Amino acid sequence: MTFEIFMQQLANGISIGSLYALIAIGYTMVYGILRLINFAHGDIFMMAAYFMVFSMVNFGLPWYVSMILVVIATILLGVLIEKAAYKPLRSAPRMSIMISAIGVSFLLENLATYLFTGVPKGFPDIPILTKAISFGNVSLSVVTVVTPVITIVLLYVVLFITNKTKIGMAMRAAAKDFETARLMGININRVISTTFVIGSGLAAIGAVLWGSKYPSVYPLVGVMPGLKCFIAAVLGGIGNTTGAVIGGFILGMAEIMLVSFLPSLTGYRDAIAFIILIIVLLVKPTGLLGEKVTDKV
Amino acid sequence: MIFSMFTACAKDQGTSTDADSDSDVIKIGVFEPLTGENGGGGLQELDGIKYANKMYPEVLGKKIELVIVDNKSDKGEATTAVTRLIEKEKVVAIIGSYGSGVSIAAGDIIQNAKIPAMGASCTNPMVTQGNEYYFRACFLDPFQGRVMANYALGQGAKTAAVIMQNGDDYSIGLGNFFINAFKELTGDENSVVDVSEFQVNDTDFNAILTNIKAKNPDVIFAPSSATTAPLIIKQARALGMNSLIMGGDTWENPAVIDVAGDDAKGIVLSTFFDENDPATEEAKVFVEGYKKELGDKEPIIPAVAALGYDAYLLVRDAIERAGSTDGDAIKEAIQSTKDFEGVTGVINFTEEGDADKNIAVIKTVEDGKFVYIDTVEVK
Repeated sequence: MTFEIFMQQLANGISIGSLYALIAIGYTMVYGILRLINFAHGDIFMMAAYFMVFSMVNFGLPWYVSMILVVIATILLGVLIEKAAYKPLRSAPRMSIMISAIGVSFLLENLATYLFTGVPKGFPDIPILTKAISFGNVSLSVVTVVTPVITIVLLYVVLFITNKTKIGMAMRAAAKDFETARLMGININRVISTTFVIGSGLAAIGAVLWGSKYPSVYPLVGVMPGLKCFIAAVLGGIGNTTGAVIGGFILGMAEIMLVSFLPSLTGYRDAIAFIILIIVLLVKPTGLLGEKVTDKV
Repeated sequence: MIFSMFTACAKDQGTSTDADSDSDVIKIGVFEPLTGENGGGGLQELDGIKYANKMYPEVLGKKIELVIVDNKSDKGEATTAVTRLIEKEKVVAIIGSYGSGVSIAAGDIIQNAKIPAMGASCTNPMVTQGNEYYFRACFLDPFQGRVMANYALGQGAKTAAVIMQNGDDYSIGLGNFFINAFKELTGDENSVVDVSEFQVNDTDFNAILTNIKAKNPDVIFAPSSATTAPLIIKQARALGMNSLIMGGDTWENPAVIDVAGDDAKGIVLSTFFDENDPATEEAKVFVEGYKKELGDKEPIIPAVAALGYDAYLLVRDAIERAGSTDGDAIKEAIQSTKDFEGVTGVINFTEEGDADKNIAVIKTVEDGKFVYIDTVEVK
């Protein structure tokens, strides 16, 4: 392997890893507060990609306007899902709310198939993101370069919100102990809504970056990213934002390096994600940065 | 289309209590992927079948009712869907499916139930192999692989890389037939410089393509669904690769051009049919009528729609000649089909139940349209 090929693969790894990281934050935040694995997260991501297609292709809006509209629409969708499918089940056993999440996931997938058919649509071209730049023989698109930067910036924004603001303090309190936080006068519903606002917003930004890199949108486009990002969140320690980002990077890099160094195993690329998941669950179930969970008795 | 599925269900609930032999309709099952990664192609094929039904709505003096089920491009769903057609809907014959994997998965059930099935565009040899109830109207992958290897050679290619989808019988089958043919034609065991596999629902091919870029092959052959094809094409071009990129019949789908955009220019694919070169009288009538039917929906008649049309006609013709709706009688009638004039050519069946065809059409993409290059005949 030449140096240039290695650098290209490294760039590929960082790029896909940072996309995983961005979407994984949404998983980890919802889990941190609600103890709910939001299986619909990948499908919210898919809907965001469709929103972008509609606002740019069907309504002909410029990309920066579309981007804002997409983020708003996705946030509304995320909050609506929370209100309709999770809120009524707040006092129900945790399993019920998980099943509800799976139900929402199927609902969104089938709704998208019904409305937009299974035929893939092209993601609109955002020239500023898809422009190719090359360093010697290493060829990259702008989106490949900016995604890790955007991911890190957004991670800091999320960390700032959770650590330095009032709502962030309420979120941390709710994550620690839901019931006590409620008794202390924290508006639990507002905390949860905020979580979904942040998570869905990140999913929307992730979808635009993802679409610019992999410009094909179809109803099941969110399934694999959803699964992978869930694994990334578990790997980093589900509930921990920084952990999710690290998990995303590790997962992306592991996949690319598998293909790069063991080309005969390219068909097992997805398997590596699940193997990592199993190993993490066996060796360190709390993940890399996960906190020790003390069960309430 | 989903509407028609619902009405099909609703109708069934009404009639299922009646004795089926007394009913005044003959049910033919349509087994296609309408969702999932092959949803695009499945819908095109279904449109051709529906148009055939519109043109020839009756057989044996009874109305033909199409019962459409969605196999969701999934082998597990395929067995459920085909079982529903046979057990619940009591269809007398089945048409489909786009995608060889699902057809192979349904094969055993079809054989055990002794209900004849007519594949339209499933090209993997295993669909009909050892299954006397499964027939098909299209050519096979060993042939298609050879046609593409031949074409690559004609373009001066000496080395090739192949990308296939793990677990997809169509993709793996066609990829391997290409590899064998290319090695044989170049007489060089090392002419295939890279063989990579990817998983269903993968969208990132950068790693695979970077490996291939290092080996700098003259052509990349990537038989895959219309969902993955444009992603492979776009990512290859973004990595600065200039190799000729080729695929199989699944690539003749507007989604490929729509998604890949300018990067689709110059890709090469093989297909079953070209509307500008109608092979039979039936084809002339079909091209004229179907063009109107399509309207602005698609710029060209998809080959799979033509095959879907032929598959329907073949089944209807067999029922007519059998004079009955008995599975074995229809099967024997299909086997004895002689010089049937379809849209995609004159059809006879081989021992194995495959249409005896030796012509493929090669197309490329120019100015955002599929453009005919050549018709290839292989003896």
